[in-house]
Amino acid sequence: MTPHDNRMLLDTPFASRVQAACELREWEPWKGYASPIAYEDVELEYFAARNATGVFDLSPMTKYRIGGPDAEPYLNRLLTRDVRKIRPGRVGYTLWCNDAGMVLDDGTLFHLSQGDYRLCAQERCLDWLLTSALGLDVTIVDETAEVAALAVQGPTSCAALRAMGLEGLESLKPFGLRHYPFDGGELMVSRTGFTGDLGYEAWVAPAHAEALWDAMFAAGRNHLIRPMGNAALELARIEAGFIQAGVDFVPAEQVLRHGRARSPFELGLDWLVDFDKGHFTGRSALLREREQGSRFRFVRLDVEGNKPAPESFILNKRGKTVGHATSAAWCPSAKRNVALASLEMPWGRPEDELYAEIYYSRELRWTRIEARCRIIDGPIWDPPRRRQTPAPNF
Amino acid sequence: MKKYDAIVIGAGHNGLCNAAYLAKAGLDVLVLERNPHIGGASVSRELYPGWTYTNCSYVCSLLRPEISRDLELARHGLQVVPYHGGVTFTQDGDHFGNYPDAERLYREMARHSRRDANAYERFEADVTKQTRLIRQFLLTTPPDPTSFKPRDLKGLLEMASAFTGMGEEGLLDTVRFWTMSIGDFLDEYFESDVIKAHLSGSGIIGTALGVYSPGTAYVLLHHYMGEVDGNVGAWGFARGGMGAVAEALASSFRAFGGEIVCDADVHRVIVERGRAAGVALADGTEHRAKLVVSNLDPKRTFLQCFDASDLPAPVVEQARNFKIRGSSGKLNIALDGLPTFKGLAPNSPLMLSDMHCTDSLERMERAYDDWKAGTWSKDPYVDTLIPTTVDPTMAPAGKHMMTVFVQYCPPALAEGPWTPQARDAFGQTVIDQIAEHSPNFKDLILDCEVRTPHELEDEVGLTEGNIFHGELTFDQLLFNRPFPGCAQYRGPLRGFYLCGSGTHPGGGVMAAPGANAAREILADLRRPDVTPPSYLND
Repeated sequence: MTPHDNRMLLDTPFASRVQAACELREWEPWKGYASPIAYEDVELEYFAARNATGVFDLSPMTKYRIGGPDAEPYLNRLLTRDVRKIRPGRVGYTLWCNDAGMVLDDGTLFHLSQGDYRLCAQERCLDWLLTSALGLDVTIVDETAEVAALAVQGPTSCAALRAMGLEGLESLKPFGLRHYPFDGGELMVSRTGFTGDLGYEAWVAPAHAEALWDAMFAAGRNHLIRPMGNAALELARIEAGFIQAGVDFVPAEQVLRHGRARSPFELGLDWLVDFDKGHFTGRSALLREREQGSRFRFVRLDVEGNKPAPESFILNKRGKTVGHATSAAWCPSAKRNVALASLEMPWGRPEDELYAEIYYSRELRWTRIEARCRIIDGPIWDPPRRRQTPAPNF
Repeated sequence: MKKYDAIVIGAGHNGLCNAAYLAKAGLDVLVLERNPHIGGASVSRELYPGWTYTNCSYVCSLLRPEISRDLELARHGLQVVPYHGGVTFTQDGDHFGNYPDAERLYREMARHSRRDANAYERFEADVTKQTRLIRQFLLTTPPDPTSFKPRDLKGLLEMASAFTGMGEEGLLDTVRFWTMSIGDFLDEYFESDVIKAHLSGSGIIGTALGVYSPGTAYVLLHHYMGEVDGNVGAWGFARGGMGAVAEALASSFRAFGGEIVCDADVHRVIVERGRAAGVALADGTEHRAKLVVSNLDPKRTFLQCFDASDLPAPVVEQARNFKIRGSSGKLNIALDGLPTFKGLAPNSPLMLSDMHCTDSLERMERAYDDWKAGTWSKDPYVDTLIPTTVDPTMAPAGKHMMTVFVQYCPPALAEGPWTPQARDAFGQTVIDQIAEHSPNFKDLILDCEVRTPHELEDEVGLTEGNIFHGELTFDQLLFNRPFPGCAQYRGPLRGFYLCGSGTHPGGGVMAAPGANAAREILADLRRPDVTPPSYLND
C-alpha cells in the first residue's frame, strides 16, 4: 500500500521547472495535480504553439498500460476503432462506449511495441477497463504517475527537438512514435497533440523529467520555445475543433440525468466507429442508432461578429432553442469566432439559419445579441506542416 | 375553558415545525411537551457545567432548506456549519480517510484499491441518481394508490413520471436499490474491506438491521439525500448543537403567536363523538382544541395516548405491528482537550470528520449479531464526531465535546431490562474501542453521558429508542408510512393528525413530516397552504 501523502494537490515530475516558470502563479487542479493556467501571458503562450513552440506539461493525463496475450482482441472489443489497423509504432485517436453506445471517453491508443499498448485519456476508467477484461488474458496497469509527459507543439517543435539531439525526428509521420535514448533512460516521442498543428509529445520516466525539460528548453531557445498553460491549450484545441470530456460531453458513467450522455454519432465522431471489425462494446446500440437516427448533432459553428459565445443557447430562426454551445472562443490564427455546439436533431443542417444568443458586458452594462452562425465544414486550422513528412525545419 | 384551534403533542422539531405552519396560517396553537425542555431528540443540554451536549441527534443535513428559509430559522438563531469527510481506523493502525476533496479522496481510495477509487465515480453517480428521485418527494404528501381522488391520481402520475424519467436502467436500479442490502450493493462496486465498511455505515444507522439485511441500501439513500446550502449529501453541525434547530423552530412558532407549555405530559387524547377534542394530561389537566396533532411516534401515539376503544381495532393492530426496533445508543463526552488519533496529524482535515472504528463488513455484520442475541455489540460500530473542532460554543476554549453514536444497542437485554450497571458496561465497551485508536482519549474524559435505547425511550419518548420513529424499510415507506390508511398524516379519527418522523418521509431531523402534515391540516380546514413548495430538483 502506498504511504499517506497529505498534500491537497500533487506536483507533477516537472513541478520544480513549472513552478519556476509560472510567473503568474495561476494554478488550477487537474486530476489531483497542480496545473498552471498560464505562465506569463496566455496570448504569447498560445502564439508560441502557433508560431514557434509551446510546451505543455500533460503528466496528469490518465495513462493505462495494456498488455498480455489478448491485448489486441481486448482493445478491439473495448474501442470503437479497428485496433488491428494501429500497427506497432503507431498511435490512434479513439473512443470507448458503454453497452448503450454512449461515449465513456475519448483518448489516444499508443501501440508501443507488438502487443504492448498505452491508453491515454482525460478521465479515469480502470474499473471499466478491468470489467471489460473479464474472460480475457490481459494485464492493465494504471501508469499515470509512472510516466511524465510534455506536449511540444508548434511549427518549430521539430527543429527544437532535433536540436535536443533527436536525430531523424523529421521523418516521423503523424501519429507515429519513436524511442530515443535519453539521460541514461529512454525517451518516447510521438507525433501527436491537442493543438491541430505540427507537434509532438515526449514521454519519460519521472526520474528523467527535469532533465528533459532542461534539455528541451536549452535546445529550443533559438527556436523560441515557451511553456504554455491550460488557457492557451484550450484556445488551440477549440481552434483545432477537438472535443474534451467533461466539457463538450459528459462521460456516460458520470451522467445523472437520463438522456444527457452522447453517442459517437452525436459528437460528430462517426469516422471513429468501425462496424466492419466485428463485435465491440456498444456496437448493437450504435447500429440501432445508425438505422433509427440520432437525437443530437454536434457541430462547429462560425459565429458572426467577434463576441465569443461560451455557454450560449443556439436558436433557430424562430427564436426556439435548439441546442447550446459547449466550448467557444475567438480563434486568433484562423480568425474565426468558433463555437462547438450540441444541437437537437434535425438542427444543424447546412441550410439551417441558426443564431447564438450571446451575453457580454462592457463596463457593467450587459448586452444581448443573437449572432448568426454558420456550420463549419472541415477544419479551420489545418496548416500543411501538420501532415508533412519530413516535418518542416523552421 | 379555552379551546385552541390545534394542540400539538410533543415539542420535537416536527411538532414545532407543524405548529409553526399552523400558527402562520392564523390558527391558535398550543404545543405540549412532557419534558421540562423542548426539542425531543433535537436537543442540546448542559449536563456537565460548561459543556453543551448535542445529546440525541448530532448532525444536520436533511432539514429541508425550503422550511429553514421559509420559517426564517436563521433569523431565529439557527446556523448550520458544514463539516466534511470521515475516517475509518483500521485494526492494523492505518485508516481510510473519506476526504471531501474528490481528488484527495481518489488518491486515498487508490491507496487501498485503485480499482475502487475508479469505481467510486460510478457508485456516486448511481447513488446520486436515486437520491435525486427521492428528493423531489420529500415535501409532498405520498399519494394514495388506492384512491381515485384527483390529487392522488396527480401525485401518482408525478411519481410515475419521475420513475420513467430515470430511463429503463435507472428504473431497474431503483427497484434493486430499495430492496437490497447495503452490503450486497457495495460488493457490486468495491473490493476493499475498509472502503466498503466506511460507506456501509449510512445504511444501518438508526436501523435494527445488519449490513447484509435487505432494505439497508435505502437507508443509505436516506442519509445521502440531504444537503447543506445546496451541497447534496453534505452534513453540518447546528451551532450550539441540534437543540438549536428546535429552539429556532420554537422561536419562529412563537413569533406567529404560538404557545408552548413544558412539563405537560399528555396522558390521553380526548375523543368525543368520534373526533379528537383535546388532550388530558397525566396530572388531570385538560386542554380542548378543534384538532389534535401528534408528534409522537405512531406506536406511542396509538397505544399509549388513546383508549383502545376509541380507535378502530385495525389501527391498534397496525400500530402494534409497526416496526420500530431500537438499535442505537449514544455517548456524550466532555473532554479536557483534543484527543489524538493514531496516524492522524492534529491539523488533519479528518479531525473535523465523522470517525469510525469498524474496518470490514464482516465486523459490521457481527456487531448486528450481538443485537439479535439481546446484547450490545461487543465490537460496536461508532459514528464519532467532535463538534467543538468547528463549533466554539459547546465547550470552554481548548476543551472539547465528543458525540458518539453507537450501533448496535438493543432496547432490552436478553437477561432482562437495562440496569445502570449494564448501561455503564455498554459505555465502557464503546470507550475502550475508541481508546484503541486514540491513546490519550481515556485520560481526557471529564464526564460521559451514556444513553441506551432505554434512556432514549424513557427520556425522549422514542418507542424502543428508535431514532427514526419507525424503521425505514420499504414496507414502511411512502404511502405505507407508518401504515396504510394513516400515510397522509390523517389519523383514523376526524380532527386527529400525525406529524412525526413515523410519517413520510421519515426521520433524520428533516422537519418535512411536520410541514407536510400542516399542509394536509390546512387543506382539511380549507385554508390557504402556507407551507413552501419544493425547490426545483432539476
